[in-house]
Parts: sequence; C-alpha cells; structure tokens
Amino acid sequence: MRIYDAVIIGAGITGCAVARYLSRYQGNFLVLEREEDVCCGTSKANSAIIHAGHDAKHGSLMAKYNVEGSEMYPDLAEELDFPFRQNGSLVLAFSKEDLPRLKALYENGVKNGVKGLEIIDAKRTRELELNASDQAVCALYAPTGGIVCPFEATIALAENACANGVEFRFNTEVTGFRKLEAGWEVLTAAGKAIETKAVVNAAGVYADIFHNLVSEKKIHITPRRGDYCLLDKTTGDFVSHTIFQLPGKEGKGVLVTPTVHGNTLVGPTAIDIEDKEGTNTTAAGLDQLLQKAGAAVKNIPIREVITSFAGLRAHEDGHEFIIGEPDDAPRFFDCAGIESPGLTSAPAIGLDVADRIARTLDLPEDPSFVGKRKGFLNPNKLSIKERNDLIKKEPSYGLVICRCETITEGQIIDAIRRPIGAKSLDGVKRRVRAGMGRCQGGFCSPKVMEILSRELGVPMEEITKSGGKSQVIVGRAKDRI
Amino acid sequence: METYNVVIIGGGPAGLAAAVSAYDAGEHSILVLERDTQLGGILNQCIHNGFGLHTFQEELTGPEYAQRFIDRLIERKIEYRLNTMVLDITREKVVTACSRADGVTRIQAKAIVLAMGCRERSRGSLNIPGFRPAGVFSAGTAQRLVNMEGYLPGRRVVILGSGDIGLIMARRMTLEGAKVLVCAEIMPYSGGLKRNIVQCLDDFGIPLKLSHTVVDIEGKDRVTGVTIARVDSHMKPIPGTEEHYDCDTLLLSVGLLPENELSRGMGVELSPVHKGPVVNESLMTNIPGVFAAGNVLHVHDLVDYVSEEAETAGRQAAAYAAGSLTDETGREIPIETGGGPRYTVPETLDPARIGDQLTIRFRVGSVMKDRRVNVYLDGDRVLSRPRRVMAPGEMEEVLLTRKMLDGHPDLKSIAIKVEEG
Repeated sequence: MRIYDAVIIGAGITGCAVARYLSRYQGNFLVLEREEDVCCGTSKANSAIIHAGHDAKHGSLMAKYNVEGSEMYPDLAEELDFPFRQNGSLVLAFSKEDLPRLKALYENGVKNGVKGLEIIDAKRTRELELNASDQAVCALYAPTGGIVCPFEATIALAENACANGVEFRFNTEVTGFRKLEAGWEVLTAAGKAIETKAVVNAAGVYADIFHNLVSEKKIHITPRRGDYCLLDKTTGDFVSHTIFQLPGKEGKGVLVTPTVHGNTLVGPTAIDIEDKEGTNTTAAGLDQLLQKAGAAVKNIPIREVITSFAGLRAHEDGHEFIIGEPDDAPRFFDCAGIESPGLTSAPAIGLDVADRIARTLDLPEDPSFVGKRKGFLNPNKLSIKERNDLIKKEPSYGLVICRCETITEGQIIDAIRRPIGAKSLDGVKRRVRAGMGRCQGGFCSPKVMEILSRELGVPMEEITKSGGKSQVIVGRAKDRI
Repeated sequence: METYNVVIIGGGPAGLAAAVSAYDAGEHSILVLERDTQLGGILNQCIHNGFGLHTFQEELTGPEYAQRFIDRLIERKIEYRLNTMVLDITREKVVTACSRADGVTRIQAKAIVLAMGCRERSRGSLNIPGFRPAGVFSAGTAQRLVNMEGYLPGRRVVILGSGDIGLIMARRMTLEGAKVLVCAEIMPYSGGLKRNIVQCLDDFGIPLKLSHTVVDIEGKDRVTGVTIARVDSHMKPIPGTEEHYDCDTLLLSVGLLPENELSRGMGVELSPVHKGPVVNESLMTNIPGVFAAGNVLHVHDLVDYVSEEAETAGRQAAAYAAGSLTDETGREIPIETGGGPRYTVPETLDPARIGDQLTIRFRVGSVMKDRRVNVYLDGDRVLSRPRRVMAPGEMEEVLLTRKMLDGHPDLKSIAIKVEEG
C-alpha cells in the first residue's frame, strides 16, 4: 500500500493552496474531499474579496497571512490565470465620533504593512464612489483591496496541484485517525485506512472536530452564517470599490462590492448557528442584510437581485487562525478557524504550511514543478478573428448554451474534461459560469445536463445539481403510470 | 459584411409572423436568426392544446400552431439560421451573431424586428429563503424536461405562482404520474387565465391557495419539503399560518420578463412597467427602423395576439426598409391611462399613420369588477365598453378606428380609462 507524505483533508481554497505549494516538492500527496468537487464549502459562498489587511489585529496570525496573501494574489492570479482585480476598498465612517476608530484602523493597517492606506474626506469619497452614502463623513481608502473569483481561484490551485502530481479523492469522508510512530493513519467512511507521514486539517467548519480527535488542547468552531444577495450585471457599475462600513462589535458588517464578473454583491450577515450544514438563507437574515447595506450606499438596485445564498465562516472562539502542529499531535498540521480574511490568506497559509511539512519530512524540491496553469478560455474576450479561428478549429465554441452569460458548448466541455473536471451542474457553473446569470439556469440547465451526460457517459437520471443525492430529475416521464 | 433589408431576431411565434408579413408586404430580403435547434420558440414545448382559437378558429397544440407559420415561412423561401445566437446589435443596425457553422458573423440590416421573447423569473429574483437543493425548477424548465426530453422532474410537487405555465404544468405533472399537492399564489387573484384554473387545477382537485407564498425550502441535496404561509395585504407572511408539505419538487411560475438585454445594449428605450421597448403605433422603438413584437415587447397571454402584433411589426419593418415609413415621427401623441391600465402598447400614436384601425393592448393592475373601458379623443368619449371582470392576468384590448380619428382632425390627446358605471 502506498504511504503518503501528506494527506490534506478538505478541498477548499486552503486545502488546495497547501496542495499546490506542496506539489513544488517531491513526494506523494493526497487531497481527501467529502463532497464531489473542490470548492464546495466556505470557499464557494463568501464575499469574493481580497482584503488589504487593515482589519486584522496587528501581531495576529490573521494580520500576517492577510497581508502576505494580499501581496501574493496579483502574481498568483497571473500565474494560475484566474480572474482577479485590485479595485480598491473604502471603509466608511458616518459621524465625527467614528473618526478615532477609523484612525485606529488606519494605524493598525500601517503597522500590518498595508501599502497606500489613506484617510480621505467626504468629497473625495464621493468622487471615488458616486453612490456612497450621503452620511459618510470620511473613509479609509485602501488601493490594494481586491476582488477575485473564489471558484476559479480554488479550482486553479487544485488543477495546478493535480498537474504537478497531487492526487484528489472526492466523495471521501474522513472519520478518524490512528497515530503511528511517524505519522498517521487516516480512516475514512469508505472503510479504507490511508497511511501518511503528515496530515493537513483544512476541513473548514469541521476543522475543530478533526483537531479535537488528535489533540487534548481543544478548539471550538462556530459556523457563522452569512447571507448574501447577488445582483444582475446591469448593476455592474453601481459601485467600483468594495465598500465597507466601519467595523462594529458584530464584525466587519455588510459590504457592497462589484465582482470580477461584473455583478454587484451585497453581504454578509453574521448569524452564529449550530448546524455545520446550515447554509439556508432566512427571511430575517435577508431583510437584515438589505437594511444594513442601505446604510453604506444609497439606492441599492435591490430589484435586480438574481440570487441569494448563505455561506458559513469557520469562526474559532479566539477569532484567530490556528496554523500548524499542536504540541501533542506532531505531523498533524491544522489550518483551522479560517474565516475572513481566509480567502485572502489562503495562498500565504498554503505556502507556509507546505514549507513546514517539507522541512519536517525533509522533502526535496521537485525540479519538474510547473507553476503555470491555463484558465478556462473565454471566447467573449477574443477578437472576432481570433474567435472565428477558434470556432473553425473547435466548432463547439460557436454554440452558445448559456444565453445570460454567453457560455458556449466548448467551454462547458473544457470544464468537464479537465483533470479535476466538473461532474454536476454546479461544477460546470463554478468553472465556466453556465447557469450563473440572470435566469439562473432556467434555459441552459437541461442542455448542460445533456452535455454532462454525454461527456461523462452517465444517464440523464444520474446527473446531479451538486453531487450526492441531488439528482435533477427523478426518472422518465410516465414511468409511474 | 452581409446585408439584409429586414433581420428578425428570434424564430418563435413573433419572429415567424413578422417574417411572413414582411414578405407578404413585398420585402424579400429577410433573415430570421434563431438561437435554438428549431424554429417555433417556446411553442415547441407547449404540447397542450388551446392555441389558435382566434387565428385559425381551431384548437391547436403549440407545435401545431408553430408549424402553420413555419410552413408559411418555408413556402416563401424566407432565409433563416438556426443555432445562431445574436451577441450584439448596434444602433446602426449591425447584428453580430455566432454559430458553430458560420462562426461570428456581422450582418447589416435596414430594419430589425426584435422578437426574442421572454424568460421566467427565477427563485433568486424573489429572494425565497431556505436551502438551495436540486428540485427547484421554473415551470418552463420543467415543461421542457417533460415535454421535449421525456423526463420527470419530480414526484411530489408544490407549485408557487398561478401563472399560466404553472397551471399547465400542474396538469402535465399530474398526467405524467406526479402528485401535485398545492398551487400557492401570493396575490389575492390568479395571474393565469380562468380557463386554465378550471382545466388544470379544479379538474384534478389541486387546491389553489391565494395570498400564500413559500417561506422556506428544505433539503440539502434534493428538496425534502416546502413551507407556505398566508400573506397580509403587504404580501408579508403572517406568522402562525405556516403549512408544511413533504415534497421533492418546487415549481415556480412567478412571472415572465421580456428578454431585452440586446435591446438595452443597442440603446432601445424600455418601459419600466412592461419591461419591453417603448413603441409607437408602428411598433417602432426610439431607434428608427427597430421594431419589437411579441413577448419581448410585453408578455402576452395568447399566442394569437403575439402573431397579430408581430404581423404589424413585420409589415412596418418592410415599409421602413422600402423607405415608405419615414424616420420623422410626425405628431406622436402619448396615450394617457388615468390610472386604470398599467401601461398601453403602443405608448404613443401618430393619427396620420393609422390605417383602418389600431389595436391598443393593456393590462390593469388589480382585479376590477363592473367597469367600463372608455376611450377619449380630446376629451370626447368615442368608445365605451362594459367589462364585468378585469384582472391583471388577462390582457385587454381596444380598437381605435379610422372613423373615430377622422372625427378629430387636430387630435391632441388620447386617453384610455377604466371607469365605474
């Protein structure tokens, strides 16, 4: 039986980042994921922003990884070819009394090493952001704040890890661990134990459960639900920066931001719950969200909502990332409590944890490592001539399947055929955005199902929305009569 | 660049009728662009009957109705391209389209008829709370899956919205072996045709719960249940009125939206009320030579009226291409509504351009009983028609005749009002 050098639990952005940076070393690495795809938990439902790094308390791990991660994104986005843009962010203050707190935030940011921070007056705020609330008296401007596609960032890290030899096993739930002399045996629901020299616990809201199985120093993670509303692309220029309100007791509060794809995103709420699967939105949550968002920007075109969703942040009681080996569990590397700024921090955490594992196991660098990855081809970004050359070579790029986002059959086939390919409607949607638009898959989902069925060689009845038992149809018409 | 005199965007009922009437008006340089694999549009999945009562005095199924127009198109050898998605239209009427066969092509048109139809509102646009499992379909998607692909979307079904597609699907799902538990409607009245409520719900014993909406969707993989509740007069759910249904499917029939992304992109002015282009008596938009008809203009109840409207648009597009309909709008008089009709199509008219008659269509905003539809020309009542019941779900029309207009040679104002008495 193969002995792995490292087994990573969880194929969210943190797990995939660790995998990608580990793949720079020689060794056998395996990612285990309970769901059918990468990016199925917190990584798929968040604010999709790259924090500049002024929020996290100076001296904390959050601050360190946030600033490092934020600095890594521009190059990483280019190397792995995923959508990212530094659009800058604004933290609005609404009264003179707020000024000291805004100033403190500025100073904290400077201490954290955030570049280009500036406190700007009301006039400049409105010059930068026409729709900023009239109540805003000044703002903290962070030009390095950014926006990213969290789906493709995660998928890109995973694909690049895979291209460099990391194995991925989906639909595989980890149930426990057995300590070995120099490493661990990872137990799975499928019954097969996997032997490894090191474990990475990147299990999101479940990271406390795994940590507590191996360590006496207990941690506790609360799923903190955040509801979001996504607005139609017709609102794409409603705001150009990411607009925060001055953080209060309840966290960073509701933000309004453009997305890299040209939508407007409003969210999140912060509601502590028990259920680690409780990604349901509630009427109260959505009401609260829209009410709070209205404080920062005026005239939110809320009638243009195309979907609402909720994500769970893995909030650790101490509000701090827990990174590395517990004293009593060597070679068990935690990446726990990864809540905001987790998406921003992921590359920095991935790099750090990978390097620590390599040092611990004395892994040599892999000279054949290729850091570059090619993103999904978007014909909409080509010139007419380039597009016609492409269609001549590969006619499926001429057939539009998703009207709202203008996604062609060729893109969907690409999403399915890649090494870590889409297996479900949501998998296709996260990779190439078919079904992500204003009709939310109303027109294209039957067609995408057909393409999935054909490409994967499975009957239509087995095509799922998001793996597991989420089959879209229940059978043939009249099969019950 | 290719050139055609009349380019029609969409090969559904509106596009087909527009093409045929443009041809019959003498215009033979016509191109129909259709994104789907066949002509006929959404009619292809409407396999129930009831189409064509006005046009053909027969009850046809959707595909049969479409075929009559497809046959006319083919008889006339009108050009069409399938699997061709229009990506962009400029103000100068250059159409950019994309297909497997031809790649990206650009076509210069003299006149354009917008006939892209409409789409269904989705769950997201209603902000229905709950989980996001498989098993939530818009009624039209379910209809396509059942009628065209031969699949059953679910076995125990709750329907939200009593629009016509929802009602039709209540019957269809029942006939296919599913159990439809309830049809909930947030408004105090149905948005569908009366005949559909009788034939699709009542005949199958499916309860219609007015002033009810879905307040929760359960199920992490597939829908396992749906909770509905009664709403108050502000359409807010009333606590304590919740009813839970075990089901695996939620169908949404919560409204149709004209699909005007292309129109918006080229600068066509859109109505905030009916969400389609603002048009004059020739069904011409604010861009000279660009016409609109069918569900892209405003959502219709009956395809017969779509065809009728599109025939006008096609004829006018041909006239424009031939130079007999000039750009100058002359005297465009806005049609006032005085609160009764929510909107009218057309929005304005030029009396000089009206032939024997002009059909003006509108919808009311709420259920109204024992009213009269009155038409005033410069304050003179020229038409008064009693209406026992009017509802937002049923489109209304009035016919303005040449004779009425001739009686008011210096016409300055037109009003269509819904009044008591």
